[in-house]
Order: sequence, then structure tokens, then C-alpha cells
Amino acid sequence: MIIGLEHYFFVSVLLFAIGFFGVLLRKNTLVVFMCLELMLSASILALIAFSRYHTTPGHGLMEGNIFVLFIIAIAACEVAVGLSIIVALWRRNQTVELSEINELKH
Amino acid sequence: MKEILFHFFAALTIVPAFFVVMSRKPVNAAMNMLVSFVGLAGLFVLLETYFLAVLQVMVYAGAIVVLFLFIIMLLDADKSPAPNLIRFLASLAAFALLVCGGYFLVFGCGAGPYPEISAEAPASLSRTFGVELFTTYLLPFQLTGFMLLIAMVGVIVVSRKEQPEPTGDEQ
Repeated sequence: MIIGLEHYFFVSVLLFAIGFFGVLLRKNTLVVFMCLELMLSASILALIAFSRYHTTPGHGLMEGNIFVLFIIAIAACEVAVGLSIIVALWRRNQTVELSEINELKH
Repeated sequence: MKEILFHFFAALTIVPAFFVVMSRKPVNAAMNMLVSFVGLAGLFVLLETYFLAVLQVMVYAGAIVVLFLFIIMLLDADKSPAPNLIRFLASLAAFALLVCGGYFLVFGCGAGPYPEISAEAPASLSRTFGVELFTTYLLPFQLTGFMLLIAMVGVIVVSRKEQPEPTGDEQ
């Protein structure tokens, strides 16, 4: 069995689906945020796999890899800002459970 | 050999990711996420993108997971209650739908033929990253630096303690 692009792609799809599952299922804000990170890394894997398999001798593709570099930087920013928002939420409400944060609902 | 390694690292990515969703304690979720990211870095090595594999371990498995653990420690988040059955089944249905859709998208009759590896990866050298970043992608690179600065300032502003308004007639 030769490992082709489709196998990497399917791993990426699975990782994205698991992240989505977690976002729907969990109520803890921190775990929801971790699942968002999983979805982001799934997209990273797809980008790298496509970039690797579409490289031809005349044309070395670097676009996908550079894109991944920027995505990693953006993910670091996103985590920092998101976690600070969670800390602010904890200071305000003393909870991080999404079911208890419903001020906008009422 | 490469096939065995691929299956090993794919399992190392997928199985802990599932435990991230399933574990009730946030600390266990963060630890499982760490293992999942290391598996992902292994997949990057198999794709001959060594620089990004190192970056993945350093930024994701190093910085981001440690940040998560730090916040979990700070917030003293305890065990979350088990989700109710309806919610679990609905989420599982969405998950199954997504996986089936993805399977048909990837392996179905309309998909492919997928290209084979035909050339050496230019991304196997870290040098190409540097050259690309400082020639073609110089402006996005600079903007990323600004974005990191803005994120840092934003984090400080959002997470600082709220001071009571200073009134004039103190002292």
C-alpha cells in the first residue's frame, strides 16, 4: 500500500471532524478552545500535504508551506487573545462553563 | 517502512484528539492535545517538511499547550459534568455526517486521480523558507510582526485587573 495524498487528506478530515465534534459537545470554554486548535491544525496538515504532492520538478511549490507558517503565527496570537478573554470571563462570572454564561440570552 | 510510520503517526494524531473531546478534566484534554500535536509533527516529517515539523513542536506543543495548562492552573477548572444524552447523540450524528462526507469527498468516485510525488520537496530545506519569506512574502511577514505586537497589547488590556475609578477627593 502506497501512501498517497488521499490518505493524508483523510487524516486531516478526521482531525477536523473530531474538532468539530468537540466544539459541539463540550461545555467547558477551555476544551472548546482546544478543539478549535485541533481544527486549525487539521487545515495545516491538508495544506502541507497538497503542497508536497503538487510539487513538480519544474515548479517547486512553497505557497502552502509559507501559508502554514503564517497560520502558526496567527494561531499563537489567537490562543493568547482567546485565553485572556477566558480569564476576563472567569474574573467576571467565576465560571467557564458555557451553559452558565447566558447573559445575552435573556 | 514509510507506510508503517504513516499509520503510527496518523493513529498518534487521531486517537489522542478523540480523547481531547472525551476527557472530562481539562488537564487531561491538554495533555492529550500535546500528544496529538507531536503526532502531527511526525506526519510533517513524513511529508519532508522538517522546518514546519520543528515549528509545530516548538509553537504548538511547546508554547500553546503550556499556555493552556497555565490558564487551567490559574482558573482551577474542575471536572465538567457529563453531557446529556441528546446533546451527545446530536454531536455524534454531526461527527458521523462529517466523516462520511469527507470519506466520499476523498475516496469517492468523483475524486482523484491524485498526483504522485514527482519531485524533491523544496520545503525540505529551511533555506527556502527564509528566501521566500524575505523576498516574495516580505510584506505579510512584516504585518505578522505587527499582528503579534497588537495581540500582545490586546492581551494586556483585556486581562488586566479593573482598577476602581480614581476619584478626586481621596487622601
